[in-house]
Amino acid sequence: MNPLLTVENVHVQRPGAEVLRGVNLTVYPAEVHVLLGLNGSGKSSLAYTLMGCAGYRPTQGRILFDGEDITDLPVSERARRGITLAWQEPARFEGLRTGDYIALGMKEPTLARVEEALRAVALAPAAYLGRPVDPTLSGGERKRIELAAVYAMRPRLAILDEPDSGIDVLGVEEITGLIRQMAAGGTAVLLITHRDEMADAADRASLMCGGVVVKTGSPDEVRAYFARRCRPHEETLGAQPWEPVNGDAYKEVVTRGVCE
Amino acid sequence: MKAHTAPVSPASLLTRRDPAWARDFEAILKAYEAAGGKVSALQSDRIASAVISANRVLWVNEIPGVHIEAEETPTGIRAHIRVDPGTRVEYPVHLCFGMIPQEGIQEIIPTFEIGEGAEVGFLAHCTFPNAINLQHIMGATVRIGPGATMRYTEAHFHGPYGGVQVLPTSHVILEEGGRFENEFNLTHGRVGRMEIRMEVDVAARGVAELTVKAYGMGEDYIRAEETIRLNGPEARGLTKTRVAVRDRAVGEVYTTTEGNAPGARGHMDCTEIVRGEAVARNTPIVIVRNDQARVTHEAAIGSVSRKELETLMARGLSEEEAVDIIIRGMLA
Repeated sequence: MNPLLTVENVHVQRPGAEVLRGVNLTVYPAEVHVLLGLNGSGKSSLAYTLMGCAGYRPTQGRILFDGEDITDLPVSERARRGITLAWQEPARFEGLRTGDYIALGMKEPTLARVEEALRAVALAPAAYLGRPVDPTLSGGERKRIELAAVYAMRPRLAILDEPDSGIDVLGVEEITGLIRQMAAGGTAVLLITHRDEMADAADRASLMCGGVVVKTGSPDEVRAYFARRCRPHEETLGAQPWEPVNGDAYKEVVTRGVCE
Repeated sequence: MKAHTAPVSPASLLTRRDPAWARDFEAILKAYEAAGGKVSALQSDRIASAVISANRVLWVNEIPGVHIEAEETPTGIRAHIRVDPGTRVEYPVHLCFGMIPQEGIQEIIPTFEIGEGAEVGFLAHCTFPNAINLQHIMGATVRIGPGATMRYTEAHFHGPYGGVQVLPTSHVILEEGGRFENEFNLTHGRVGRMEIRMEVDVAARGVAELTVKAYGMGEDYIRAEETIRLNGPEARGLTKTRVAVRDRAVGEVYTTTEGNAPGARGHMDCTEIVRGEAVARNTPIVIVRNDQARVTHEAAIGSVSRKELETLMARGLSEEEAVDIIIRGMLA
């Protein structure tokens, strides 16, 4: 099977540091691929790079989607090809109602599909359709609406950045159920998380450390590696590598080969 | 000057025989609809209403407890609107102010008197669909009695040419325990030049909420100047301003809140979005004269948030479409 997404040696420079340092990754159609890594390992930077967000243009390498080089395409064009992203901290929109927000990404919006999406994230349509996607929503509600919007869109590749953080009512099982449902409908899911138990939902897994993918394999294999090799160094590796003081400690751990 | 009160019954609204009146009325109703007004509301005998075209009072409908007196002046009208004490008005009073010609002056001088404990809403539409060089001036005086509530929503439609100068000024006196909610919308069509000036004096436990929403483009100029004086203990005030400007338009927001009594609480909230060569300014002024009062402000001025933009673009919208949705949402 040909990969849906191929990331080849992608480097990204942010002010003060290179946050991606030669990422290689493949995701196959309708696959659930978990991307594990501690805070600061570059997972979210990779998500923004794949979506084409401003400030995350690769300085080296390329990104192929369904065989097409999309490295220089803007966000909208990537979305039109079937890529979307659920942000870790989703934006708020004054005056935009939840129902309309969810319908925005749908090719043929229907109320039934919007309601189905809300129910899929355990939100009652009657209570949420008319609510604005603004700061009156709690963080957990907003994240669930973001997942609902991605679900309703039926993308070819959904990048979910830490969908499990900050959601108090929906447990891991509900989220993994939703992800499996998306995959069953033909959507490949790149699931970004630092919770290794989320790997249970995956077909394959990769581990990021210090801005590179250090391991790819079965979820069990990568999860065990993550627990054994990364968790013990969580405090050090969890620091943001692009901050000068933390950066030295971070580089030391990485170059000593703890994660490699 | 001629005085007008309830000149015809609603049933005869569409069959009135005076052809000049009928032409005027039909034209202003079309413009009223363009501004978002519902003509059916003007035909209901349960809804108080008034229709003013230039300096002509075309229609007035009173209901029990709501009195509308209007007299024509050479350049506009002078109106006195009274709501009896204790009256709860079920449907908002509908007001239509407009001018069909391309040029001219319309000067509206209304006085609102809301009796003690009354509760009433007003829905005003100001419409100038063909304006090229037209001035709309309003000088309102409002007195809201103790424990009374007045909600006033004003929507403007200025047509596509931007040839309108809108210069409304209001002074509101809010008595003890009264509530005043004012919303001004100019989000469809061109603005032209708009300078809103509103002052509200709030007595003890009174609440004033002022909202201005405007979208300027081309060479439009928007200036909103709002002052809330929290004069009585536990008086509260909120100004909320949402302005979007693009092309070479200018948006200026000047808000002042004074905390002059113990327990007074005020907040000013301004968001302005700027596109192209447009310019936005915001000047919040906080004056506190009592050590138990508190006034705060927040302002966000600039381009559309990159994250909001990219979130919508990640759903397949173009950048322009995303900007439009964000601005329309803010002004909704």
